[in-house]
Amino acid sequence: MNEILTKAPQGHIAVRNFSLSYDSIEGPVEAVTDTQIHVKPGEFVSIVGPSGCGKSTLLNAVAGFLKPTTGIVTVDGEKVNGPSAERGMVFQQYSLFPWKTVRENVEFGLKMRGMPRSQRERAARTLLGLAGLEAFEKHYPDKLSGGMKQRVGIVRALATGPKVLLLDEPFGALDAQTRVIMQQILTNMWQRLKISVLFVTHDIDEAIFLSDRVYCMTARPGSIKAEIPIPLERPRQQSMMMSSEFLALRRGLMSLIREESIKAMGGEISDMGLQGLNIELHGASLADVI
Amino acid sequence: MPASTTPASPPSFGTLVLRWYRINRDGLRATAIGIVSLLAFLLVWHLLTTYRVVFFVRFTNVPSPLAVYASFTKAIHDPKFLLHIALSCRRIFIGFSLAAIVGVPLGLIMGRFKLVHEIIFPVAEVLRPIPAIAWVPMAIMLWPTNEQSIVYITFLGSFFPILVNTLHGMSLVDPVLVRAAQCLGARERSIFREVYFPASLPHIFTGLTVGMGVAWVSLIAAEMISGQYGIGYFTWEAYSLVQYADIALGMIAIGVLGLGSSMLIRGAGQLVMPWRLK
Repeated sequence: MNEILTKAPQGHIAVRNFSLSYDSIEGPVEAVTDTQIHVKPGEFVSIVGPSGCGKSTLLNAVAGFLKPTTGIVTVDGEKVNGPSAERGMVFQQYSLFPWKTVRENVEFGLKMRGMPRSQRERAARTLLGLAGLEAFEKHYPDKLSGGMKQRVGIVRALATGPKVLLLDEPFGALDAQTRVIMQQILTNMWQRLKISVLFVTHDIDEAIFLSDRVYCMTARPGSIKAEIPIPLERPRQQSMMMSSEFLALRRGLMSLIREESIKAMGGEISDMGLQGLNIELHGASLADVI
Repeated sequence: MPASTTPASPPSFGTLVLRWYRINRDGLRATAIGIVSLLAFLLVWHLLTTYRVVFFVRFTNVPSPLAVYASFTKAIHDPKFLLHIALSCRRIFIGFSLAAIVGVPLGLIMGRFKLVHEIIFPVAEVLRPIPAIAWVPMAIMLWPTNEQSIVYITFLGSFFPILVNTLHGMSLVDPVLVRAAQCLGARERSIFREVYFPASLPHIFTGLTVGMGVAWVSLIAAEMISGQYGIGYFTWEAYSLVQYADIALGMIAIGVLGLGSSMLIRGAGQLVMPWRLK
Protein backbone atom coordinates (compact mmCIF):
# COMPACT_ATOMS: atom_id res chain seq x y z
CA MET A 1 0.00 0.00 0.00
CA ASN A 2 2.65 2.53 1.03
CA GLU A 3 4.64 1.48 -1.96
CA ILE A 4 1.74 2.63 -4.13
CA LEU A 5 1.30 5.96 -2.38
CA THR A 6 4.93 7.00 -2.24
CA LYS A 7 6.05 5.85 -5.66
CA ALA A 8 8.21 8.39 -7.45
CA PRO A 9 6.54 10.09 -10.40
CA GLN A 10 7.02 8.08 -13.55
CA GLY A 11 4.99 7.00 -16.50
CA HIS A 12 6.02 8.99 -19.52
CA ILE A 13 3.67 8.16 -22.39
CA ALA A 14 4.85 8.91 -25.90
CA VAL A 15 2.88 8.24 -29.08
CA ARG A 16 4.90 8.99 -32.21
CA ASN A 17 3.98 9.02 -35.92
CA PHE A 18 0.96 7.01 -34.97
CA SER A 19 -1.65 5.83 -37.43
CA LEU A 20 -4.14 3.02 -37.21
CA SER A 21 -6.28 1.63 -39.99
CA TYR A 22 -8.41 -1.45 -40.31
CA ASP A 23 -9.42 -3.51 -43.32
CA SER A 24 -12.83 -3.28 -44.86
CA ILE A 25 -14.28 -4.54 -48.12
CA GLU A 26 -13.65 -1.13 -49.70
CA GLY A 27 -10.03 -1.25 -48.65
CA PRO A 28 -8.19 0.00 -45.56
CA VAL A 29 -10.05 2.60 -43.49
CA GLU A 30 -7.95 5.00 -41.52
CA ALA A 31 -9.24 5.61 -37.98
CA VAL A 32 -6.33 7.66 -36.68
CA THR A 33 -3.63 9.27 -38.76
CA ASP A 34 -0.31 11.02 -38.19
CA THR A 35 -0.71 11.54 -34.46
CA GLN A 36 1.85 12.55 -31.84
CA ILE A 37 0.98 12.89 -28.20
CA HIS A 38 2.88 12.65 -24.98
CA VAL A 39 2.09 12.69 -21.30
CA LYS A 40 4.79 13.73 -18.88
CA PRO A 41 5.24 11.85 -15.62
CA GLY A 42 2.51 12.88 -13.20
CA GLU A 43 0.67 14.92 -15.80
CA PHE A 44 -3.10 14.85 -16.35
CA VAL A 45 -3.87 15.00 -20.06
CA SER A 46 -7.25 14.77 -21.77
CA ILE A 47 -8.20 13.98 -25.33
CA VAL A 48 -11.40 15.53 -26.62
CA GLY A 49 -12.92 15.31 -30.06
CA PRO A 50 -16.12 14.70 -31.97
CA SER A 51 -17.65 11.26 -31.66
CA GLY A 52 -16.02 8.68 -33.87
CA CYS A 53 -12.78 10.65 -34.19
CA GLY A 54 -10.68 7.78 -32.93
CA LYS A 55 -9.88 9.07 -29.45
CA SER A 56 -10.85 5.74 -27.88
CA THR A 57 -8.87 3.96 -30.59
CA LEU A 58 -5.83 5.96 -29.59
CA LEU A 59 -6.37 5.16 -25.91
CA ASN A 60 -6.82 1.46 -26.67
CA ALA A 61 -3.52 1.52 -28.54
CA VAL A 62 -1.81 3.02 -25.50
CA ALA A 63 -3.43 0.30 -23.37
CA GLY A 64 -2.03 -2.29 -25.76
CA PHE A 65 -5.32 -3.67 -27.05
CA LEU A 66 -4.73 -2.35 -30.58
CA LYS A 67 -1.51 -2.39 -32.57
CA PRO A 68 -0.59 0.78 -34.45
CA THR A 69 -0.42 0.40 -38.23
CA THR A 70 2.50 2.78 -38.28
CA GLY A 71 4.35 4.56 -35.52
CA ILE A 72 5.09 3.54 -31.97
CA VAL A 73 3.66 3.82 -28.47
CA THR A 74 6.08 3.84 -25.57
CA VAL A 75 5.78 4.17 -21.80
CA ASP A 76 9.01 5.23 -20.11
CA GLY A 77 10.85 4.39 -23.31
CA GLU A 78 9.53 0.83 -23.46
CA LYS A 79 7.47 -0.15 -26.45
CA VAL A 80 3.87 -1.13 -25.71
CA ASN A 81 3.32 -4.65 -27.02
CA GLY A 82 0.09 -5.66 -25.34
CA PRO A 83 -2.03 -4.99 -22.26
CA SER A 84 -0.20 -4.99 -18.96
CA ALA A 85 -0.81 -4.13 -15.33
CA GLU A 86 1.60 -1.21 -15.76
CA ARG A 87 -1.16 0.64 -17.58
CA GLY A 88 -4.35 0.66 -15.53
CA MET A 89 -7.54 1.20 -17.44
CA VAL A 90 -10.98 2.47 -16.45
CA PHE A 91 -13.86 1.80 -18.81
CA GLN A 92 -17.07 3.68 -19.43
CA GLN A 93 -19.13 0.53 -18.82
CA TYR A 94 -17.40 0.09 -15.40
CA SER A 95 -16.58 -3.50 -16.42
CA LEU A 96 -16.44 -4.81 -12.88
CA PHE A 97 -16.54 -8.58 -12.62
CA PRO A 98 -20.15 -9.26 -11.58
CA TRP A 99 -19.18 -12.55 -9.91
CA LYS A 100 -16.67 -10.90 -7.62
CA THR A 101 -17.43 -8.78 -4.60
CA VAL A 102 -16.19 -5.20 -4.48
CA ARG A 103 -13.11 -6.27 -2.54
CA GLU A 104 -12.42 -9.24 -4.82
CA ASN A 105 -12.62 -6.91 -7.80
CA VAL A 106 -10.04 -4.60 -6.25
CA GLU A 107 -7.85 -7.56 -5.30
CA PHE A 108 -7.87 -9.00 -8.80
CA GLY A 109 -4.72 -7.32 -10.09
CA LEU A 110 -2.81 -8.22 -6.92
CA LYS A 111 -4.01 -11.81 -7.19
CA MET A 112 -2.74 -11.97 -10.76
CA ARG A 113 0.59 -10.78 -9.47
CA GLY A 114 0.62 -13.69 -7.01
CA MET A 115 0.26 -11.69 -3.82
CA PRO A 116 -0.85 -13.91 -0.91
CA ARG A 117 -4.50 -13.66 0.09
CA SER A 118 -4.18 -11.97 3.47
CA GLN A 119 -1.80 -9.36 2.11
CA ARG A 120 -3.97 -8.44 -0.84
CA GLU A 121 -7.06 -8.36 1.35
CA ARG A 122 -5.37 -5.79 3.53
CA ALA A 123 -4.24 -3.73 0.53
CA ALA A 124 -7.71 -3.81 -1.02
CA ARG A 125 -9.32 -2.70 2.27
CA THR A 126 -6.95 0.25 2.59
CA LEU A 127 -7.67 1.36 -0.98
CA LEU A 128 -11.41 0.95 -0.55
CA GLY A 129 -11.15 3.03 2.60
CA LEU A 130 -9.54 5.85 0.62
CA ALA A 131 -12.45 5.78 -1.79
CA GLY A 132 -15.01 5.66 1.02
CA LEU A 133 -16.15 2.19 -0.01
CA GLU A 134 -15.07 0.04 2.94
CA ALA A 135 -18.69 -0.55 3.96
CA PHE A 136 -19.40 -2.12 0.57
CA GLU A 137 -16.45 -4.49 0.33
CA LYS A 138 -18.68 -7.59 0.49
CA HIS A 139 -21.30 -6.29 -1.96
CA TYR A 140 -21.58 -7.52 -5.49
CA PRO A 141 -21.29 -4.78 -8.16
CA ASP A 142 -24.92 -5.31 -9.17
CA LYS A 143 -26.02 -3.74 -5.88
CA LEU A 144 -24.01 -0.52 -6.36
CA SER A 145 -24.93 2.79 -7.96
CA GLY A 146 -23.11 3.91 -11.11
CA GLY A 147 -20.90 6.33 -9.21
CA MET A 148 -19.90 3.65 -6.70
CA LYS A 149 -19.19 1.17 -9.46
CA GLN A 150 -16.87 3.59 -11.16
CA ARG A 151 -15.09 4.38 -7.89
CA VAL A 152 -14.45 0.65 -7.56
CA GLY A 153 -13.30 0.64 -11.19
CA ILE A 154 -10.77 3.37 -10.50
CA VAL A 155 -9.56 1.80 -7.26
CA ARG A 156 -9.20 -1.55 -9.00
CA ALA A 157 -7.10 0.00 -11.76
CA LEU A 158 -4.89 1.75 -9.19
CA ALA A 159 -4.47 -1.25 -6.88
CA THR A 160 -1.52 -2.71 -8.75
CA GLY A 161 0.30 0.63 -8.67
CA PRO A 162 0.38 1.23 -12.43
CA LYS A 163 2.65 3.82 -14.01
CA VAL A 164 -0.20 5.38 -15.94
CA LEU A 165 -3.94 5.45 -15.66
CA LEU A 166 -6.03 5.39 -18.84
CA LEU A 167 -9.67 6.39 -18.65
CA ASP A 168 -12.12 5.96 -21.52
CA GLU A 169 -15.08 8.32 -20.94
CA PRO A 170 -15.30 6.97 -17.40
CA PHE A 171 -18.08 9.28 -16.28
CA GLY A 172 -20.07 9.25 -19.51
CA ALA A 173 -22.84 7.10 -18.09
CA LEU A 174 -23.26 9.05 -14.84
CA ASP A 175 -25.72 11.80 -14.05
CA ALA A 176 -24.45 15.39 -13.86
CA GLN A 177 -24.25 15.59 -10.05
CA THR A 178 -22.44 12.28 -9.63
CA ARG A 179 -20.11 13.25 -12.46
CA VAL A 180 -18.94 16.38 -10.64
CA ILE A 181 -18.25 14.42 -7.46
CA MET A 182 -16.39 11.74 -9.37
CA GLN A 183 -14.22 14.37 -11.05
CA GLN A 184 -13.33 15.69 -7.62
CA ILE A 185 -12.51 12.20 -6.34
CA LEU A 186 -10.37 11.43 -9.37
CA THR A 187 -8.47 14.70 -8.97
CA ASN A 188 -7.80 13.93 -5.31
CA MET A 189 -6.53 10.44 -6.05
CA TRP A 190 -4.38 11.64 -8.90
CA GLN A 191 -2.76 14.32 -6.75
CA ARG A 192 -2.09 11.79 -4.03
CA LEU A 193 -0.63 9.14 -6.29
CA LYS A 194 1.27 11.44 -8.68
CA ILE A 195 0.39 9.11 -11.51
CA SER A 196 0.23 10.05 -15.20
CA VAL A 197 -3.31 10.16 -16.52
CA LEU A 198 -4.61 9.98 -20.07
CA PHE A 199 -8.30 10.78 -20.06
CA VAL A 200 -10.66 10.48 -23.01
CA THR A 201 -13.92 12.44 -22.93
CA HIS A 202 -16.29 14.34 -25.14
CA ASP A 203 -17.20 16.67 -22.28
CA ILE A 204 -15.26 19.90 -22.70
CA ASP A 205 -15.92 21.19 -19.16
CA GLU A 206 -14.71 17.94 -17.73
CA ALA A 207 -11.53 18.04 -19.82
CA ILE A 208 -10.70 21.60 -18.76
CA PHE A 209 -11.58 21.09 -15.13
CA LEU A 210 -9.42 17.98 -14.77
CA SER A 211 -6.45 18.48 -17.05
CA ASP A 212 -3.06 20.09 -17.24
CA ARG A 213 -3.24 19.84 -20.99
CA VAL A 214 -5.98 19.00 -23.51
CA TYR A 215 -5.51 17.50 -26.97
CA CYS A 216 -8.30 18.25 -29.40
CA MET A 217 -8.72 15.76 -32.21
CA THR A 218 -10.01 16.26 -35.74
CA ALA A 219 -12.91 14.37 -37.28
CA ARG A 220 -12.16 10.95 -38.73
CA PRO A 221 -9.51 10.07 -39.65
CA GLY A 222 -8.51 11.52 -36.31
CA SER A 223 -5.33 13.45 -35.71
CA ILE A 224 -4.33 16.14 -33.24
CA LYS A 225 -5.89 19.44 -34.23
CA ALA A 226 -4.71 21.46 -31.27
CA GLU A 227 -2.93 21.13 -27.96
CA ILE A 228 -4.24 23.46 -25.27
CA PRO A 229 -2.46 23.96 -21.96
CA ILE A 230 -4.82 24.56 -19.03
CA PRO A 231 -3.08 27.03 -16.74
CA LEU A 232 -5.80 27.00 -14.06
CA GLU A 233 -4.30 26.70 -10.61
CA ARG A 234 -4.71 23.67 -8.39
CA PRO A 235 -6.42 22.53 -6.31
CA ARG A 236 -9.34 23.33 -8.54
CA GLN A 237 -12.72 24.21 -7.16
CA GLN A 238 -16.11 23.79 -8.70
CA SER A 239 -16.52 27.59 -8.53
CA MET A 240 -13.66 28.01 -11.02
CA MET A 241 -15.96 26.79 -13.76
CA MET A 242 -17.60 30.22 -13.69
CA SER A 243 -14.32 32.16 -13.91
CA SER A 244 -13.58 34.17 -17.05
CA GLU A 245 -10.36 32.20 -17.54
CA PHE A 246 -12.27 28.92 -17.57
CA LEU A 247 -14.97 30.27 -19.84
CA ALA A 248 -12.39 31.60 -22.30
CA LEU A 249 -10.74 28.17 -22.49
CA ARG A 250 -14.14 26.62 -22.89
CA ARG A 251 -15.10 28.93 -25.75
CA GLY A 252 -11.85 28.22 -27.56
CA LEU A 253 -12.14 24.48 -27.20
CA MET A 254 -15.81 24.56 -28.04
CA SER A 255 -15.30 26.26 -31.39
CA LEU A 256 -12.47 23.85 -32.27
CA ILE A 257 -14.71 20.88 -31.58
CA ARG A 258 -17.70 22.37 -33.30
CA GLU A 259 -15.81 22.78 -36.54
CA GLU A 260 -14.82 19.13 -36.39
CA SER A 261 -18.26 17.88 -35.43
CA ILE A 262 -19.77 19.66 -38.41
CA LYS A 263 -17.09 18.12 -40.62
CA ALA A 264 -17.92 14.73 -39.18
CA MET A 265 -21.65 15.19 -39.58
CA GLY A 266 -21.55 17.16 -42.82
CA GLY A 267 -21.41 14.09 -44.97
CA GLU A 268 -24.34 12.46 -43.19
CA ILE A 269 -26.47 15.59 -43.33
CA SER A 270 -26.00 16.21 -47.05
CA ASP A 271 -26.50 12.51 -47.74
CA MET A 272 -29.84 12.45 -46.00
CA GLY A 273 -30.96 15.77 -47.41
CA LEU A 274 -31.65 18.73 -45.17
CA GLN A 275 -35.42 18.43 -45.56
CA GLY A 276 -35.28 15.12 -43.79
CA LEU A 277 -33.77 16.77 -40.73
CA ASN A 278 -36.22 19.69 -40.71
CA ILE A 279 -33.42 22.21 -40.78
CA GLU A 280 -34.26 25.51 -42.49
CA LEU A 281 -31.07 27.18 -43.66
CA HIS A 282 -32.53 30.58 -44.68
CA GLY A 283 -29.52 31.19 -46.83
CA ALA A 284 -27.05 30.76 -43.96
CA SER A 285 -24.25 28.24 -44.13
CA LEU A 286 -24.49 24.92 -42.32
CA ALA A 287 -21.88 26.00 -39.79
CA ASP A 288 -24.03 28.92 -38.67
CA VAL A 289 -27.00 26.74 -37.98
CA ILE A 290 -25.52 23.93 -36.00
CA MET B 1 -45.78 3.10 10.58
CA PRO B 2 -45.14 4.45 14.07
CA ALA B 3 -43.47 1.25 15.32
CA SER B 4 -40.69 1.50 12.73
CA THR B 5 -39.91 5.14 13.56
CA THR B 6 -39.40 4.44 17.27
CA PRO B 7 -36.88 1.63 17.46
CA ALA B 8 -36.55 2.04 21.26
CA SER B 9 -39.79 0.18 22.03
CA PRO B 10 -39.81 -3.31 20.51
CA PRO B 11 -42.84 -3.91 18.32
CA SER B 12 -45.52 -6.17 19.74
CA PHE B 13 -45.97 -9.73 18.50
CA GLY B 14 -49.10 -8.66 16.68
CA THR B 15 -47.32 -5.96 14.68
CA LEU B 16 -44.52 -8.39 13.81
CA VAL B 17 -46.99 -10.94 12.46
CA LEU B 18 -48.76 -8.22 10.53
CA ARG B 19 -45.51 -6.94 9.07
CA TRP B 20 -44.33 -10.43 8.16
CA TYR B 21 -47.64 -11.01 6.45
CA ARG B 22 -47.39 -7.75 4.52
CA ILE B 23 -43.87 -8.49 3.29
CA ASN B 24 -44.65 -12.09 2.30
CA ARG B 25 -48.15 -11.50 1.02
CA ASP B 26 -47.35 -12.34 -2.60
CA GLY B 27 -45.51 -15.53 -1.71
CA LEU B 28 -48.32 -16.67 0.61
CA ARG B 29 -50.88 -15.97 -2.06
CA ALA B 30 -49.00 -18.05 -4.63
CA THR B 31 -48.61 -20.93 -2.16
CA ALA B 32 -52.28 -20.85 -1.21
CA ILE B 33 -53.43 -20.82 -4.83
CA GLY B 34 -50.95 -23.59 -5.63
CA ILE B 35 -52.34 -25.84 -2.91
CA VAL B 36 -55.94 -25.17 -3.94
CA SER B 37 -55.09 -25.89 -7.57
CA LEU B 38 -53.42 -29.20 -6.71
CA LEU B 39 -56.40 -30.20 -4.57
CA ALA B 40 -58.76 -29.30 -7.40
CA PHE B 41 -56.72 -31.46 -9.76
CA LEU B 42 -57.02 -34.40 -7.34
CA LEU B 43 -60.75 -33.79 -6.96
CA VAL B 44 -61.37 -33.71 -10.73
CA TRP B 45 -59.25 -36.83 -11.13
CA HIS B 46 -61.25 -38.49 -8.33
CA LEU B 47 -64.62 -37.57 -9.85
CA LEU B 48 -63.64 -38.58 -13.40
CA THR B 49 -62.46 -42.00 -12.26
CA THR B 50 -65.16 -42.69 -9.67
CA TYR B 51 -67.93 -42.01 -12.22
CA ARG B 52 -65.93 -43.69 -15.03
CA VAL B 53 -66.54 -40.78 -17.37
CA VAL B 54 -66.36 -41.52 -21.10
CA PHE B 55 -66.23 -38.37 -23.13
CA PHE B 56 -63.92 -38.94 -26.13
CA VAL B 57 -61.33 -39.90 -23.50
CA ARG B 58 -62.16 -43.04 -21.56
CA PHE B 59 -61.61 -42.98 -17.82
CA THR B 60 -63.06 -46.48 -17.48
CA ASN B 61 -59.78 -48.15 -16.55
CA VAL B 62 -57.96 -45.17 -15.12
CA PRO B 63 -57.13 -45.74 -11.45
CA SER B 64 -58.55 -43.30 -8.90
CA PRO B 65 -56.25 -41.22 -6.68
CA LEU B 66 -57.17 -43.43 -3.71
CA ALA B 67 -56.23 -46.57 -5.61
CA VAL B 68 -52.90 -45.03 -6.54
CA TYR B 69 -52.32 -44.00 -2.94
CA ALA B 70 -53.05 -47.55 -1.84
CA SER B 71 -50.52 -48.95 -4.28
CA PHE B 72 -48.05 -46.29 -3.17
CA THR B 73 -48.28 -47.36 0.49
CA LYS B 74 -47.73 -50.94 -0.64
CA ALA B 75 -44.88 -50.04 -2.96
CA ILE B 76 -42.75 -48.13 -0.45
CA HIS B 77 -42.47 -51.32 1.59
CA ASP B 78 -41.62 -53.31 -1.52
CA PRO B 79 -37.82 -53.57 -1.95
CA LYS B 80 -38.32 -54.26 -5.64
CA PHE B 81 -40.03 -50.91 -6.22
CA LEU B 82 -37.30 -49.12 -4.30
CA LEU B 83 -34.72 -50.95 -6.39
CA HIS B 84 -36.43 -49.67 -9.55
CA ILE B 85 -36.15 -46.14 -8.29
CA ALA B 86 -32.59 -46.53 -7.05
CA LEU B 87 -31.45 -47.96 -10.37
CA SER B 88 -33.08 -45.17 -12.36
CA CYS B 89 -31.44 -42.60 -10.10
CA ARG B 90 -28.08 -44.28 -10.51
CA ARG B 91 -28.40 -44.28 -14.30
CA ILE B 92 -29.33 -40.60 -14.27
CA PHE B 93 -26.48 -39.79 -11.94
CA ILE B 94 -23.85 -41.56 -14.03
CA GLY B 95 -25.19 -40.51 -17.45
CA PHE B 96 -25.81 -36.90 -16.46
CA SER B 97 -22.53 -36.52 -14.58
CA LEU B 98 -20.59 -37.84 -17.55
CA ALA B 99 -22.46 -35.46 -19.84
CA ALA B 100 -21.59 -32.53 -17.56
CA ILE B 101 -17.98 -33.61 -17.13
CA VAL B 102 -17.51 -33.90 -20.90
CA GLY B 103 -19.96 -31.25 -22.14
CA VAL B 104 -18.98 -28.26 -19.99
CA PRO B 105 -15.20 -28.37 -20.55
CA LEU B 106 -15.70 -29.18 -24.21
CA GLY B 107 -18.04 -26.21 -24.60
CA LEU B 108 -15.58 -23.93 -22.79
CA ILE B 109 -12.68 -25.06 -24.97
CA MET B 110 -14.73 -24.84 -28.17
CA GLY B 111 -15.83 -21.36 -27.18
CA ARG B 112 -12.28 -20.23 -26.58
CA PHE B 113 -10.38 -21.89 -29.41
CA LYS B 114 -11.76 -21.34 -32.87
CA LEU B 115 -10.01 -24.34 -34.42
CA VAL B 116 -11.52 -26.77 -31.91
CA HIS B 117 -14.91 -25.20 -32.57
CA GLU B 118 -14.49 -25.51 -36.33
CA ILE B 119 -13.53 -29.18 -36.03
CA ILE B 120 -16.12 -30.38 -33.52
CA PHE B 121 -19.12 -28.18 -34.18
CA PRO B 122 -20.16 -29.71 -37.56
CA VAL B 123 -20.16 -33.23 -36.10
CA ALA B 124 -22.12 -32.07 -33.07
CA GLU B 125 -24.66 -30.33 -35.28
CA VAL B 126 -25.25 -33.50 -37.30
CA LEU B 127 -25.64 -35.73 -34.24
CA ARG B 128 -27.62 -33.27 -32.14
CA PRO B 129 -31.03 -33.51 -33.88
CA ILE B 130 -31.10 -37.30 -33.46
CA PRO B 131 -33.38 -37.99 -30.47
CA ALA B 132 -31.77 -40.11 -27.79
CA ILE B 133 -34.51 -42.73 -28.24
CA ALA B 134 -33.47 -43.22 -31.85
CA TRP B 135 -30.10 -44.28 -30.49
CA VAL B 136 -31.54 -47.29 -28.65
CA PRO B 137 -30.84 -49.97 -31.28
CA MET B 138 -27.40 -48.53 -31.98
CA ALA B 139 -26.64 -48.28 -28.28
CA ILE B 140 -27.55 -51.93 -27.75
CA MET B 141 -25.13 -52.86 -30.51
CA LEU B 142 -22.39 -50.56 -29.23
CA TRP B 143 -22.33 -51.50 -25.58
CA PRO B 144 -21.77 -54.96 -24.14
CA THR B 145 -24.41 -54.70 -21.41
CA ASN B 146 -27.94 -53.37 -21.31
CA GLU B 147 -27.05 -51.21 -18.33
CA GLN B 148 -24.28 -49.45 -20.21
CA SER B 149 -26.45 -48.77 -23.22
CA ILE B 150 -29.15 -47.20 -21.03
CA VAL B 151 -26.59 -44.98 -19.30
CA TYR B 152 -25.22 -44.07 -22.72
CA ILE B 153 -28.68 -42.99 -23.92
CA THR B 154 -29.11 -40.87 -20.78
CA PHE B 155 -25.69 -39.36 -21.38
CA LEU B 156 -26.55 -38.49 -24.98
CA GLY B 157 -29.83 -36.90 -24.00
CA SER B 158 -28.23 -34.46 -21.59
CA PHE B 159 -24.93 -33.98 -23.41
CA PHE B 160 -26.11 -31.77 -26.26
CA PRO B 161 -28.14 -29.25 -24.24
CA ILE B 162 -25.18 -28.88 -21.88
CA LEU B 163 -22.70 -28.43 -24.72
CA VAL B 164 -24.83 -26.01 -26.70
CA ASN B 165 -25.67 -23.82 -23.70
CA THR B 166 -22.06 -23.71 -22.54
CA LEU B 167 -21.03 -22.63 -26.03
CA HIS B 168 -23.76 -20.02 -26.02
CA GLY B 169 -22.56 -18.70 -22.66
CA MET B 170 -18.99 -18.47 -23.98
CA SER B 171 -20.15 -16.52 -27.02
CA LEU B 172 -21.84 -13.94 -24.78
CA VAL B 173 -18.85 -13.19 -22.55
CA ASP B 174 -18.41 -9.42 -22.53
CA PRO B 175 -15.10 -8.68 -24.29
CA VAL B 176 -14.65 -5.58 -22.13
CA LEU B 177 -14.38 -7.82 -19.06
CA VAL B 178 -11.63 -9.77 -20.80
CA ARG B 179 -9.82 -6.51 -21.52
CA ALA B 180 -10.27 -5.39 -17.94
CA ALA B 181 -8.67 -8.62 -16.77
CA GLN B 182 -5.83 -8.26 -19.28
CA CYS B 183 -4.85 -4.80 -18.12
CA LEU B 184 -4.87 -6.03 -14.55
CA GLY B 185 -2.16 -8.46 -15.55
CA ALA B 186 -4.21 -11.63 -16.19
CA ARG B 187 -2.78 -14.17 -18.62
CA GLU B 188 -4.67 -16.67 -20.77
CA ARG B 189 -5.12 -19.30 -18.06
CA SER B 190 -6.32 -16.81 -15.46
CA ILE B 191 -8.66 -15.14 -17.93
CA PHE B 192 -10.18 -18.52 -18.64
CA ARG B 193 -10.65 -19.32 -14.97
CA GLU B 194 -11.55 -15.86 -13.68
CA VAL B 195 -13.56 -14.43 -16.57
CA TYR B 196 -14.76 -16.88 -19.21
CA PHE B 197 -15.81 -19.61 -16.80
CA PRO B 198 -17.77 -17.54 -14.26
CA ALA B 199 -19.27 -15.41 -17.04
CA SER B 200 -20.59 -18.56 -18.72
CA LEU B 201 -21.88 -20.17 -15.51
CA PRO B 202 -25.47 -18.90 -15.80
CA HIS B 203 -25.77 -20.47 -19.25
CA ILE B 204 -23.96 -23.60 -18.13
CA PHE B 205 -26.61 -24.02 -15.46
CA THR B 206 -29.37 -23.43 -17.98
CA GLY B 207 -27.77 -26.24 -19.97
CA LEU B 208 -27.57 -28.49 -16.90
CA THR B 209 -31.25 -27.88 -16.09
CA VAL B 210 -32.40 -28.58 -19.64
CA GLY B 211 -29.97 -31.50 -19.86
CA MET B 212 -31.40 -33.02 -16.69
CA GLY B 213 -34.91 -32.85 -18.13
CA VAL B 214 -33.86 -34.51 -21.37
CA ALA B 215 -31.85 -37.09 -19.40
CA TRP B 216 -35.06 -38.27 -17.69
CA VAL B 217 -36.99 -38.34 -20.98
CA SER B 218 -34.25 -40.41 -22.57
CA LEU B 219 -33.85 -42.70 -19.57
CA ILE B 220 -37.53 -43.54 -19.30
CA ALA B 221 -37.77 -44.26 -23.02
CA ALA B 222 -34.69 -46.45 -22.90
CA GLU B 223 -35.94 -48.33 -19.85
CA MET B 224 -39.32 -48.94 -21.44
CA ILE B 225 -37.76 -50.34 -24.59
CA SER B 226 -34.76 -52.28 -23.40
CA GLY B 227 -34.78 -52.24 -19.65
CA GLN B 228 -34.72 -54.61 -16.85
CA TYR B 229 -35.46 -52.60 -13.74
CA GLY B 230 -35.83 -48.88 -13.54
CA ILE B 231 -38.90 -46.75 -12.97
CA GLY B 232 -39.64 -46.58 -16.72
CA TYR B 233 -39.56 -50.35 -16.89
CA PHE B 234 -41.78 -50.53 -13.78
CA THR B 235 -44.39 -48.32 -15.48
CA TRP B 236 -44.35 -50.34 -18.69
CA GLU B 237 -44.44 -53.63 -16.79
CA ALA B 238 -47.48 -52.39 -14.83
CA TYR B 239 -49.28 -51.90 -18.11
CA SER B 240 -48.35 -55.37 -19.35
CA LEU B 241 -49.48 -56.90 -16.05
CA VAL B 242 -52.72 -54.86 -16.02
CA GLN B 243 -51.73 -53.16 -12.77
CA TYR B 244 -53.45 -49.90 -13.61
CA ALA B 245 -52.75 -48.17 -10.30
CA ASP B 246 -49.04 -48.90 -10.71
CA ILE B 247 -49.01 -47.14 -14.07
CA ALA B 248 -50.08 -43.90 -12.41
CA LEU B 249 -47.73 -44.54 -9.50
CA GLY B 250 -44.80 -44.97 -11.91
CA MET B 251 -45.74 -41.78 -13.73
CA ILE B 252 -45.99 -39.78 -10.52
CA ALA B 253 -42.69 -41.19 -9.29
CA ILE B 254 -41.04 -40.10 -12.55
CA GLY B 255 -42.52 -36.62 -12.13
CA VAL B 256 -41.36 -36.30 -8.55
CA LEU B 257 -37.85 -37.56 -9.38
CA GLY B 258 -37.58 -35.17 -12.31
CA LEU B 259 -38.76 -32.27 -10.18
CA GLY B 260 -36.38 -33.21 -7.37
CA SER B 261 -33.35 -33.44 -9.65
CA SER B 262 -34.01 -30.11 -11.31
CA MET B 263 -34.42 -28.53 -7.87
CA LEU B 264 -31.04 -29.99 -6.90
CA ILE B 265 -29.47 -28.32 -9.91
CA ARG B 266 -31.14 -25.03 -9.19
CA GLY B 267 -29.90 -25.20 -5.60
CA ALA B 268 -26.39 -25.98 -6.80
CA GLY B 269 -26.61 -23.02 -9.16
CA GLN B 270 -27.50 -20.69 -6.31
CA LEU B 271 -24.59 -22.01 -4.27
CA VAL B 272 -22.13 -21.55 -7.11
CA MET B 273 -23.43 -18.17 -8.26
CA PRO B 274 -24.14 -16.15 -5.10
CA TRP B 275 -23.91 -12.91 -7.09
CA ARG B 276 -27.09 -13.81 -8.94
CA LEU B 277 -29.21 -13.93 -5.79
CA LYS B 278 -31.67 -11.10 -5.72
